[in-house]
Amino acid sequence: MTPADALKAAGLLLLAALLQVSWATPIEVGNGHPNLVLVALVALALLRGPLFGAIAGFWAGLALDVASLGTLGLTSLLLTPAGYWAGRFGEGTTRSSPYPPLVAVALGTIWFVLGSAIVHFMLGEGASATTVLGGVLLPTLALNLLIAYPAYRLLRWVFPVTGRERREVPALV
Amino acid sequence: MALGLVVLSLALVTVYFRESSGGALHETQRVAVSVLTPFEVAAERVARPFQDAYGWTSDLLSAKDENEELQKEVEALRQQVVANETAAQENDELKELLQFVQGKEFPDDFTHVATRVLIQPQTVFRHEVVVAAGSSDGVRVDDPVVTPEGLAGTVTEVTPNSAKVRLITDPQSAASALVLETQAAGIVLRGASDKSLDLDRVAKTARVEAGNIVVTSGARVGKYESLYPYGIPIGLVESVSQRDVDLFKRIQIAPLVDFDSLHEVVVLVEKRRKR
Repeated sequence: MTPADALKAAGLLLLAALLQVSWATPIEVGNGHPNLVLVALVALALLRGPLFGAIAGFWAGLALDVASLGTLGLTSLLLTPAGYWAGRFGEGTTRSSPYPPLVAVALGTIWFVLGSAIVHFMLGEGASATTVLGGVLLPTLALNLLIAYPAYRLLRWVFPVTGRERREVPALV
Repeated sequence: MALGLVVLSLALVTVYFRESSGGALHETQRVAVSVLTPFEVAAERVARPFQDAYGWTSDLLSAKDENEELQKEVEALRQQVVANETAAQENDELKELLQFVQGKEFPDDFTHVATRVLIQPQTVFRHEVVVAAGSSDGVRVDDPVVTPEGLAGTVTEVTPNSAKVRLITDPQSAASALVLETQAAGIVLRGASDKSLDLDRVAKTARVEAGNIVVTSGARVGKYESLYPYGIPIGLVESVSQRDVDLFKRIQIAPLVDFDSLHEVVVLVEKRRKR
């Protein structure tokens, strides 16, 4: 992790959080919205590994909670493991393949939506299972998958993979 | 490291919940929001025309089930509305707000702060919006927020340039209310779905019919006074039922405010409140 990478990622995730609250949230299909922050985080973690992913997830969660005046730490609680896991997943996959971003974003979305439901339920802010699964999870999954690969390509250009990192390991996916 | 960050997140959530609204984390968040608000305002202004276009496209898609004649009508309306400039639309909304605050139904003892919705609800679990007016405009925690149609919610958190508003459809919202026609009193709570409301605690002997108007009661119980002034419309009674095993009537209300297109709101600021 270079300081330049860290600064670029911090700025990019802050921008993603601002775009999320002002641009992405009004785009509503069912009760779901595209989650720009999650997609950007997963792409970053795939490119830079689990440690970078975890720190980026923590920062992205804080940025989102501050930008939306939400409960501080709640989104970090979900995005930190998501970033870490996506980083670990990226270590075992082929970076040039289009499938890892799609799989990672899909699993990350499922984790984030179900995790949100559980955390909010524990805080006494539950919603019905039908709303969470049909109204939020499926539309969010579809919207996130739509933007997953373009976002990954864009971030791969912003965060180029160095020669040593570009080695191809036996792909899991 | 990752585990440490998860534990830190948990600690943040715990401290945030346990501390008062004047605590260190809340204060830090308010400072950070003050820094971000200008960017959010700019992003919201840029996004507004796209949001409007998206809204109309969504409406068109949902209108596909209607008959051909209605589709033509919607198409004509869409073309007409898309042709309108966003500024003109904002102007209309502000004029409507102006009529409302100058009208007879505007409560005495209150002044108003007209403002825009900056951030729409982020999840289905919390029905909260952020508006572009804060303590520097005189907005305080617990101030009621209304639209020309009726009650929207209350201010729950304030920064110098923005405020968080908990909508009346949020599970944690409640408002003392009464049925305008019969004066039957009760409490308005979130209903079974996230876009409906219930009027709870209405005695079974009270007379309530579908179509009745529900307004805020402005009730005072002992030293506790309702946050809302009397007479702000909340919704129309949709259905009324009661069962032998229930203590109260079951009354469903359709809110008058369209929470899906909440763009301009008015914060009611009490003139004589002790600050």
